[in-house]
Amino acid sequence: MNVSSLRRIGQMLLIPILAVFSALIVGALVMWIFGDDPLAAYRGLLDGAFGSARAWSTTIRKMTPLILTGLSVAVAFKAGLFNIGASGQFIIGTVCSVAVGVNFEGLPAVIHLPLALLAGIAGGMMWGFIPGALKVFTGAHEVIVTIMLNYVASLFAGWTVYAGGTQGQTPGPLWDATAGPISRTPEVFLNARIPWIFGDPYRVHWGVALALAVAILMWWVIFKTTLGFATRTVGANNKAARYAGINVKWITILTMMIAGGLAGLAGAIETLGLNHRFAPEFTGSVGFDGITVALLGQTNPIGVVLSAFLLGALDAGGARMQFNSGVSADIIQIIQALVLIFVAAPTIIRQIYRIRKPSDQVETTVFSSGWGR
Amino acid sequence: MGKRRVRITPYIIGGLIVIFVVMALLVNATPLGASNVWLRVFFGISALNFTLRASVPLILGAMSGILCERTGIINIGIEGMMLAGAFAAFVAKTGTNDWPLMNSLLFGVAAALAVGGAMGWLHALFSIRYRMDQIISGTVLIILATGVSSYLFNRDAVAEGKFGSIAIPGLSQIPVLGEVLFSNPPLTYTALILVVVIHIALFYTKWGLRSRACGEHPRAADTVGINVNRFRYMNTIIGGMLAGLAGGFLVLEAVGQFQEGMTAGRGFISLAAMIFGNWMPFGAMGAALLFGYTQALQNELLLAGVTTVPRQFVSMIPYVVTIVAVSGFVGRVRAPAAEGKVYETEGGSE
Repeated sequence: MNVSSLRRIGQMLLIPILAVFSALIVGALVMWIFGDDPLAAYRGLLDGAFGSARAWSTTIRKMTPLILTGLSVAVAFKAGLFNIGASGQFIIGTVCSVAVGVNFEGLPAVIHLPLALLAGIAGGMMWGFIPGALKVFTGAHEVIVTIMLNYVASLFAGWTVYAGGTQGQTPGPLWDATAGPISRTPEVFLNARIPWIFGDPYRVHWGVALALAVAILMWWVIFKTTLGFATRTVGANNKAARYAGINVKWITILTMMIAGGLAGLAGAIETLGLNHRFAPEFTGSVGFDGITVALLGQTNPIGVVLSAFLLGALDAGGARMQFNSGVSADIIQIIQALVLIFVAAPTIIRQIYRIRKPSDQVETTVFSSGWGR
Repeated sequence: MGKRRVRITPYIIGGLIVIFVVMALLVNATPLGASNVWLRVFFGISALNFTLRASVPLILGAMSGILCERTGIINIGIEGMMLAGAFAAFVAKTGTNDWPLMNSLLFGVAAALAVGGAMGWLHALFSIRYRMDQIISGTVLIILATGVSSYLFNRDAVAEGKFGSIAIPGLSQIPVLGEVLFSNPPLTYTALILVVVIHIALFYTKWGLRSRACGEHPRAADTVGINVNRFRYMNTIIGGMLAGLAGGFLVLEAVGQFQEGMTAGRGFISLAAMIFGNWMPFGAMGAALLFGYTQALQNELLLAGVTTVPRQFVSMIPYVVTIVAVSGFVGRVRAPAAEGKVYETEGGSE
């Protein structure tokens, strides 16, 4: 590795690192203004994220789905698409993988687990196909469609595990009949579960290795294959891509399907590795957090892994922070928004720290090309 | 082919409206409605009232979108502005519970407007001054509003009282129509009046012409001496105030309390209404009423105890209708031409 490529990597890392640093400073100011103790909060945060083997395992556990939802948003960004729908795709992936996981008793693990994972990917891909196809064939903007599909997905998932009602409503198809009035699925069969790397109390499963492998795969696809080149060309200049003979429509649909499949896989891994069942309250915010992960990682798969690690650590430390210092863990979300502001508007960072704009700076993709043209 | 289709659309819409009004009158003013549950679900007074109530935040949100986008700023952060407005209204209301009710409520409205306007300013600042991608800037506003409102939300606080209905003397005595249109709380009237005001302001004033010029051809606007970015700032701030007012409506008039994430996608449905309504105030209002109607249907079906369709599927109606509307109409409407693009003056930035 020579000096110039090292400098290039340094430049790529500079803005994200300063963005996180500035977000933590502003977050501390917010806490101070509202009467919380930022030092105690950050001490609790560090303790909860890295203070012990348990803390590290929590960070890794939280990081795993974020890698995949981050990749989902990042891959779509590469083609100039904004996938706000990772959370819906995540939910559908969860439901599909659970549907396979709670059925087919007696199937050997070498078939059952991959089948359940594939079901999650397929569900997510289907949920990504809808906005992709609607964009291509009707011009509907993917942002609105994916947001609406998030609500549809969570209602649909709610129905599948619905415990039924007092007025004779029928319970959903995946409802655990032994759970009484609780809306949830039964546990998936042992053969469909992702094995532990470290079992109780650490609860780290092989899903993290799978997520890292997928990140490397996506890096290879994006930067080393014709498909990746076509995708990046579509994202950089839609018209030029069309003149160059790239099938823009197909790339758009395919990219949304891949993005959906990644988020669906996140849902499958989270369910088959960790929760072992689905209940509506498991959904969380990993889908939306994927946006921050993707942008902080500069839409580069390796960057996505790094930023997923960081956000996973923030997430993991939040509970301990709230417990130790009494500062509400909701401050994490404010810090995330601040990180997003600083990475999405590097001009602010450059002004604060008086950094000159490097001449070979690659411009970020512009999405605001209006509604569906 | 395309042209002919555009021409018959107003007649189809007009015809549907006439049929709807006739049905509503028949069901509510004659014994017809008493005999049939389904007719009551679709055309009953309660469905019509609920439609209007559900539409108000969508109307205000769509007006916010129109003001921003007509000057060239895409505002996907309406959801966040609404949530911020709702939270501000709640904090202001709970802080002044011991004031006379009307003063305290009006203070809540003022807070919603102020915080909404501040969010609009932030959006303009990010997207004009700091050249942040406008869609990402909007997303930032949503995440920020969600985070701040959760962090500061005092779960023990209770807002006491909300806006009540004001019957307009005379007009409210008209059967059916009076009950639906002329006995509403003040923010509902405000929203309906604002639609007219914004339509006139956009299409019949100098300010409106200049605003639209900034959204269609900023270079030309600049050439004739219009300060494009100043207009964009101004309209985005006013748009933020309208979205904030929508949030204020939720807290001060509809629900009476604040809940985390209470906007539940209304900001995005407003955007769909704006697109569906072709960036025209009355068109967007019509679309907002349609979306409001789907929410009312969902509500009425639940109240009527229809259990043959699972309630989750009934609840999907507004979202699915939004997708259908956006897919079916976006090709036939036209967005402002310069939308989403940073405008730089000739020979230098800022």
